[in-house]
Amino acid sequence: MPGNSLEMSYKTAQIRLVSSHPEVYEPCDDSFALVDALLSDQKHLLEHKPILCMEVGCGSGYVITSLMLLLGDEANRAQFIATDINPHAITVTRETMEAHGVHAELINTDIASGLESRLAGSIDLLVVNPPYVPTPEDEVGREGIASAWAGGENGRSVIDKILPVADKLLSERGWLYMVTLTTNNPSQICQQMMKKGYASRIVVQRSTEEESLHIIKFWRDIDIEVDANNGVTSSTPLGILDSVRSQIQRLPFWGSSDINAGTN
Amino acid sequence: MRLLTHNMLSCNIKGVTNGFPLRIEAEKVVEKQLEINHDFLRNIFPKIDWKAFSDASRIMGYHELPEEPPEPSVLESDAEFLGKFHHALLELHLEEGALICPETGRKFPVSKGIPNMLLLEDEV
Ligand SMILES: C[S@@+](CC[C@H](N)C(=O)[O-])C[C@H]1O[C@@H](n2cnc3c(N)ncnc32)[C@H](O)[C@@H]1O
Repeated sequence: MPGNSLEMSYKTAQIRLVSSHPEVYEPCDDSFALVDALLSDQKHLLEHKPILCMEVGCGSGYVITSLMLLLGDEANRAQFIATDINPHAITVTRETMEAHGVHAELINTDIASGLESRLAGSIDLLVVNPPYVPTPEDEVGREGIASAWAGGENGRSVIDKILPVADKLLSERGWLYMVTLTTNNPSQICQQMMKKGYASRIVVQRSTEEESLHIIKFWRDIDIEVDANNGVTSSTPLGILDSVRSQIQRLPFWGSSDINAGTN
Repeated sequence: MRLLTHNMLSCNIKGVTNGFPLRIEAEKVVEKQLEINHDFLRNIFPKIDWKAFSDASRIMGYHELPEEPPEPSVLESDAEFLGKFHHALLELHLEEGALICPETGRKFPVSKGIPNMLLLEDEV
């Protein structure tokens, strides 16, 4: 817990205290963008008062540690769970958390396998920086560092496995923050989630020379009516999906910009 | 691994229908102090499978929890109970041992406090 440790005044994990291993993903632009998204939403997160928080694919532990630190005292009324398929990542995450004086329960598993039935509908906050790089399908889920980024066709293989699990785990008031790449077709992901009753918003958009990242936040929206055929009717003329789609289209391709609109 | 986590884990092998609770084999249990938080305890209480939890606490060497699920009202009135609930749920850690599927007997190792729930190809 970020209690009486010296690190209390820091809002996010400190790179010099983040542990490492040759087979574990080091904090990168995507990790920083995700933490920036959480920071820019910090006020809402504090008001949200999550009880159970989770990270899927914790890697070095940079994100889950930062999440606990930025929640400050609020973190004391919550518990945190982090998973990774790579056992070295779990070890590195433990070292990173120890160096910051925080604790999350760690489980070496595929996505949330083993947790899905008992934690169904219980997670108030889920953060995911998935392997999203387009690769040949047979590189996905291999042992070692490749599983940190290999995302199969359009980089969607693991993302498409995570989304239904996220839907199952999230509580009625649950929020999901997920990193996506333009190649992953984020607006189609939003559309897919809308069919399950989720609204979405781009919290951070960032372009580097290699990639354009979107950190998208999803939450259940009662205004989105999911009908029996899994079709969607939105009660607002300009659906949230449309706004996300237009946000994505409006994004400058080069350079960097953060979009922080709306209240969610 | 805390008992909170034990209470949220089931066997994930394909086809298993009674994968909860996993039986604990405790080789090493450690206690780590944590400041009590009443809000968390109150919020999590309804999600806890009491029988699995109190059985697990005894295997971990703690014998202070009632076998029968207490009335939620004790969370408001009974500070002593809250202390015990907190201790068993969050301060006891299974450091070394295993979790065993009640249906198949498959062992999931727990090493350095971390359960390994990864499946073999023929189990997925
Ligand atoms: C892009 S890295 C992100 C690491 C860290 N969260 C960060 O932001 O720096 C993706 C992580 O997901 C893990 N991962 C990949 N496939 C997974 C799966 N099926 N289940 C759980 N974790 C997985 C990888 O091992 C890797 O640590």
